[in-house]
Amino acid sequence: MEIETREIRFSEERLAEVRQILQRYPEGRQKSALLPLLHIAQAEFDNWLSPDVMDYVAGLLDIEPIEVYEVASFYTMFNLRPVGKYVLEICRTGPCCLVGAEKVQAHIEEKLGIKPGETTPDGMFTLKPVECLAACGFGPVMQVGATYYEKLTPERTDELLERFRNENKRATYC
Amino acid sequence: MGVKILTQHSGVPGIDTFEVYRKQGGYAAVEKALKSMSPEEVLEEVKKSGLRGRGGAGFPTGLKWSFLAKPEGVPRYLVCNADESEPGTFKDRELMSRNPHSLIEGMIVSSYALGANTSYIYVRGELFYVIRILEKAIAEAYEKGLLGKNILGTGYDLDLYVQPGGGAYICGEETALIESLEGKRGNPRIKPPFPAVSGVWGCPTVVNNVETIAATSWIILNGGDEYAKIGIGRSTGTKLISACGNINQPGIYEIELGLPVEEFIYSDEYCGGIAGGKRLKAVVAGGSSVPVLPANLILKTIAGEPRLMTYESLADGGFATGTMMGSGGFIAMDEDACIVRNTWNFTRFYHHESCGQCSPCREGTGWMEKVLHRIEYGHGKMSDIDLLVDVAAKIEGNTICPLGDAAAWPVGSAIRHFREEFEWHVKEPRLSQQQNYGLAAYADPLPVPVTEES
Repeated sequence: MEIETREIRFSEERLAEVRQILQRYPEGRQKSALLPLLHIAQAEFDNWLSPDVMDYVAGLLDIEPIEVYEVASFYTMFNLRPVGKYVLEICRTGPCCLVGAEKVQAHIEEKLGIKPGETTPDGMFTLKPVECLAACGFGPVMQVGATYYEKLTPERTDELLERFRNENKRATYC
Repeated sequence: MGVKILTQHSGVPGIDTFEVYRKQGGYAAVEKALKSMSPEEVLEEVKKSGLRGRGGAGFPTGLKWSFLAKPEGVPRYLVCNADESEPGTFKDRELMSRNPHSLIEGMIVSSYALGANTSYIYVRGELFYVIRILEKAIAEAYEKGLLGKNILGTGYDLDLYVQPGGGAYICGEETALIESLEGKRGNPRIKPPFPAVSGVWGCPTVVNNVETIAATSWIILNGGDEYAKIGIGRSTGTKLISACGNINQPGIYEIELGLPVEEFIYSDEYCGGIAGGKRLKAVVAGGSSVPVLPANLILKTIAGEPRLMTYESLADGGFATGTMMGSGGFIAMDEDACIVRNTWNFTRFYHHESCGQCSPCREGTGWMEKVLHRIEYGHGKMSDIDLLVDVAAKIEGNTICPLGDAAAWPVGSAIRHFREEFEWHVKEPRLSQQQNYGLAAYADPLPVPVTEES
């Protein structure tokens, strides 16, 4: 996949948001803004956190880059490698499996020709099985960006994939 | 129909807006508490109510609040734990997204009782749409003078913020949540000191579940004694139960504590029975971390009494024949469900979500996952079953936080109650695999296990 080279800097609008977020915490505790800022950074820079992006966030918070790396690598919502425009986060945990999540995942794998963690050659889809999405009563469930898609069947999944292809727009959490 | 406290506004159009919530009597508890009660009186009502933490621990809320240290000149914090990630549990998400002002009202009342002037709602990061709903509702509350400086002219100040998580189950543990809120990895802290003494940024902090906090408004409006009249014994009030698995009507139900489990499963008001007219095989009653029980034991205690939805009745008999209320994540499994596969699945979850600080948890959860995987995929040995029991026992009680116990209990209880099924997987690997979820239709038969030996 081609990785674009971009200047690592938030837009003025995002910087204003960052300043607002920093006000949530007492003086000197700005590191608490790290998770909110990483979410914003991921959304701004192609839905993944490159070392340069993490260094930029460290600079904004006046903390060491290693403090950002260790946090970014701990939480599963952060992508540390380039991903497709649509990250298909399918829940693979018990309750969803009881109602057919494994079949839906297998269907996606077969349909797109990718395994968990892989991205389609056209850069459109990444398959990312995740642990419980807290939608157990409405499974099988898949999260794409900030949206939950519930009660999935292979047919409904096909419809969604088709829709995403047509929209062709990067989906992020925020 | 039982008493509805948390879902009393269910179905009211526009209840997520300030105007509609106010018209429905919303924020009356804030008015009452701030204008006519001292913080100590609010705390006393919560104590009288018998309300217990609804996140899973079941610790008395008023007692927890009373432990909060109050050193001069040091800020105190209330943090709402909305990091709902326990498999089977999906109640807080619905409560927050459908009726965000009920949580905000509870946060104001509770913060006032604790003397907190800044509070946070830590929401699991995946729920970004819920975060947006909460932020909108908080902005409305600020605009109407229910948050910020001098709330309703009473002189009380409160700032309320939403903090997103990053997708780590462990952050539902209160000290891990605090670490995460401070911008670190969600590694649980050794206790003591407890958060009530040294929490966020070293300051006294109370961490409570969404459901717990949302219940305080009703308690203040109606009195702790009224709340205590609902339920049975030390299980007072109502509880949200999120029901899922092989049932006809999965969803979130508010029950009065004391409802018979059988009624919850089979009545049309709640789960509506087992899907497809099949037989009930097993239930995990309080989220994936609590012991699984076979149908006969979840419906009746070992003494033959009807099992009730109370903290005490569900635990009746200890772990030999009982389970826990936990977070209320009720997972029903029908006769076709594979206990081995389900146990492997849960163990994979705990292995994935272990923070890695404690060796028994870090290594043990992975070890159990590998052993269960090879049993499930037809490469198990009879000795593996006892090996699992042994590893689970060595994780339990030997970790900083309860994640180790949470990983061990499903394994120990599954083998305790369904040992024959594990043995069948070892003896008849091909037959067992064909049964499981119809996976043989697309999976390679008996694939090579992750590891041959552990």
